[in-house]
Amino acid sequence: MSMLKIDNLHVRAGDKQVLHGVSLEVGAGEVHAIMGPNGSGKSTLVQVLAGREGYDVTAGSVSYQGRDLLALPPEARAREGVFLAFQYPVEIPGVNNVYLLKAGLNALRQHRGLPELDAFEFLSLVREKMKLMHMDESFLNRGVNEGFSGGEKKRNEILQMSVLEPALALLDETDSGLDIDALRVVANGVNSLRRQDRAIVMVTHYQRLLDYIEPDRVHVLSGGRILKSGDKSLALELEKRGYDWVKQEAAAA
Amino acid sequence: MASNPHDESLEALVGQKYRHGFVTDIEADTVPPGLNEDVIRLISRKKEEPQFMLDWRLKSYRHWLTMREPHWAHLRIAPIDYQSISYYSAPKARADGPKSLDEVDPKLLETYDKLGIPLHERAKLAGVAVDAVFDSVSVATTFKERLGKAGVIFCSFSEAVQKHPALVEKYLGTVVPYTDNYFATLNSAVFSDGSFVFVPKGVRCPMELSTYFRINAANTGQFERTLIVAEEGAYVSYLEGCTAPMRDENQLHAAVVELVALENAQIKYSTVQNWYPGDENGKGGIYNFVTKRGECRGASSRISWTQVETGSAITWKYPSCILTGDNSVGEFYSVAVANNYQQADTGTKMIHIGRNTRSTIVSKGISAGHGQNSYRGLVKVLPSAVNARNFTQCDSLLMGDKCGAHTFPYMEVRTPTASVEHEATTSKIGDDQLFYCLSRGISEEDAVNMIVNGFCKVVFKELPMEFAVEAQNLLAVSLEGSVG
Repeated sequence: MSMLKIDNLHVRAGDKQVLHGVSLEVGAGEVHAIMGPNGSGKSTLVQVLAGREGYDVTAGSVSYQGRDLLALPPEARAREGVFLAFQYPVEIPGVNNVYLLKAGLNALRQHRGLPELDAFEFLSLVREKMKLMHMDESFLNRGVNEGFSGGEKKRNEILQMSVLEPALALLDETDSGLDIDALRVVANGVNSLRRQDRAIVMVTHYQRLLDYIEPDRVHVLSGGRILKSGDKSLALELEKRGYDWVKQEAAAA
Repeated sequence: MASNPHDESLEALVGQKYRHGFVTDIEADTVPPGLNEDVIRLISRKKEEPQFMLDWRLKSYRHWLTMREPHWAHLRIAPIDYQSISYYSAPKARADGPKSLDEVDPKLLETYDKLGIPLHERAKLAGVAVDAVFDSVSVATTFKERLGKAGVIFCSFSEAVQKHPALVEKYLGTVVPYTDNYFATLNSAVFSDGSFVFVPKGVRCPMELSTYFRINAANTGQFERTLIVAEEGAYVSYLEGCTAPMRDENQLHAAVVELVALENAQIKYSTVQNWYPGDENGKGGIYNFVTKRGECRGASSRISWTQVETGSAITWKYPSCILTGDNSVGEFYSVAVANNYQQADTGTKMIHIGRNTRSTIVSKGISAGHGQNSYRGLVKVLPSAVNARNFTQCDSLLMGDKCGAHTFPYMEVRTPTASVEHEATTSKIGDDQLFYCLSRGISEEDAVNMIVNGFCKVVFKELPMEFAVEAQNLLAVSLEGSVG
C-alpha cells in the first residue's frame, strides 16, 4: 500500500525555487533514505511535508494514505499520523517537556475518537518509552529541549515519535551532532519503531546512520531533483565516490 | 501580510470581549465633578474623619496645586481634565451604610457574584478574606472575626481612620509622602477608601487577604489607598484584583499602596489587574497611575511584589522597595501585557540603604496588537549599602509585528562592594516554537497559551496557588490567538 506519493513537486522559498519536480513513492513498512549534498532541498522537502509555512508549492501534489496532504494544516497532518523529527528541535522555556508531549498525544487521541490519557496513564506510558531511549527521569521535569545537549534533543525527538506512533515518520538529519554511542541509541530506537504499517523517510548526509538503520530505498536529491534511486548499496557507493558522479550521470542523460 | 492566516486569526481573537464590562444600576451618592478645598472637606465630612486626616488632605491638595503632571514615561496620554472628574461616589446607603453582609444592597452582591468574588461561603471554601471596594466605598469585609482573634486588623481604610486613628497617623505617608509625585499627592488629597492591614508582632496572618476593586459610576476617579503594616516577625500575603465596566471615556485610577515591614517581617503583595483596557481601537479604558512602595524598615525583613497586569488603557506603575534594614530583601515579579492599543510603562525601584541588602527583579513583558510595553527600573545602591546585591532579568515577548517592547534600566551604584547584574532578552513568539507544537498535533491556540505561560512561569510561581490559575486564565483571555 502506498503511504506517501509525491508527484512532480515544485516548491519555492521566497524568490528561490528549491524543489524542481520531486517524485517519490513510499509504501507502508518501508524505510527510505534521502541523501544529497548541502542545499539540495532535503530539509525543505520534509518541512513542506510537515506543513511548515513560508514555502510556496508552485506545482505538483502530495498524497498521504490516498489523501491530499498539502490541503491540511500542520496540526491536522500530525493528528492524521505524520511526524517530523526536527534537525534542530527548538527550546520552549518554561513549558514542561512531558506536558507538551501529553498535549500532543491527547490531541491525536481526541481526533481519533479515543479517550484522553490522564496524567497517571500517560506517565506510565512515557516512562516505558523512555527506557527504550535510555533517558533518565529528569527529562520528565525539564522544559521542552531547554538546556538539552544535541544528543538529548535528538533522543527526545525519537521519544516523541515512539509515544505519538505515527504512520509516516520524517526524520530530518536525526544523526547530525551525535557521537557514536548516542547514534546507536537513536538508531536502535528508530529500528524498534519499524513496522509493517509505518513508513519512515530519513534525510541524512552520511552512510553511517544507514549502517544502523538499513533502508529499503536510497534516493539522491541534488539541485531540487531526485537524480538517482537505488537500494542500500547506492548509499555505500555514495560514501566511496561522493555525489559528483551522480550529477554528471544525470547531466549526461 | 494580510494573506498570512496567522494574522487573520490574530485579528479575530484579539477582538476577544472584555468580560467584566457591565454596569451595575445602583443608586449612588456622587459628589458633582470638580476639585477644590470644599470638595475635600465634604469627602472628609462624609467619611466622618478626625481632624488630622482632613489637615493631611488639605496639605496634600495645596501641594498638588504647585505640581505638574509628569510626562517622562514612554506613554501617549490624552489630556486629563481634573475638574471634570467626580472625586467621590458611593452606593447609596439605606441607613448609615451596611453593617454586615445581609445589609449590603443585593445588586452589589450580584455584581460581585458576576465577577466571581467569593464574598459568602465561597470565601470560606477558598480560605480567603475579602474586602471589596465599589467605586469609592468599601462594601464588605469578610472573615473579620477570625482575623480579629489572631490580632490581625483587616478593614476598609475609612474604618481604620475611625477605629484605629493612632495606627493610621503613625504610618500613613511614611513610605509614600504626600509630596511624592503628582498622582500620589492627588490621591493623598482625595483618597476615598481602600484597605488597611495591621499584623502585630510575631503573628502569621492565618489566611490570604484579598481586596477587589471595581469602578462602576461614570466619570468618577478611583483613588484608593492601602496601608499594610507588618510588625516584628509578622507575615502577611495580600492580593488585590481589579475590574471596571466598559465605557467610552477614560477613567482615572490613581491609587497609593504603602507597605511597612519591621524587623524579620515579611509582606507578599500580589496584584491581578484587569481594569477595562479600552476597545480594539483604543477608545476608553482605565488610566492606571499607581504609586506602590514598600519599606523594609527593620533588619532581615522582606517585601515581595508580584503583579500580573493585563488590563488598563495606560499603566504607569513602579512597585518599589526601600531596603532600609540590614539584610533586608526586596523582590519584584511582573507579567505585563499590552494588547490592542494598550500602553504599559511599568517596572520597579529597588533602593538599597542597609548593609547586605538583596533585591531580585524579574519582569516579563508581553506585547501584542499595537500594544507598547516598557520596563523601567531603577536599582540604586547607596554608600551605606555595603555588599548589596541585585539581580535583574527583563524578558520581552512580541506577538505580531505592530507592537513594541522597550527596556529602560537605570542603575546608580555608590559602593564598590555592591554587585548588580542585569539580563535582558527580547523574543518574538517564535514561528519555530509554534510550528514545533503544531507538528505535534497541538492547536494553534493551545500552543500560544502554552508558550506564553511558559514564558511567565517564574512569575506565576510567586502567586498564591488559587490565584496563579486565575492569572493563567486571564492571560489566555487577554491574548487568545495573538500570533503574528
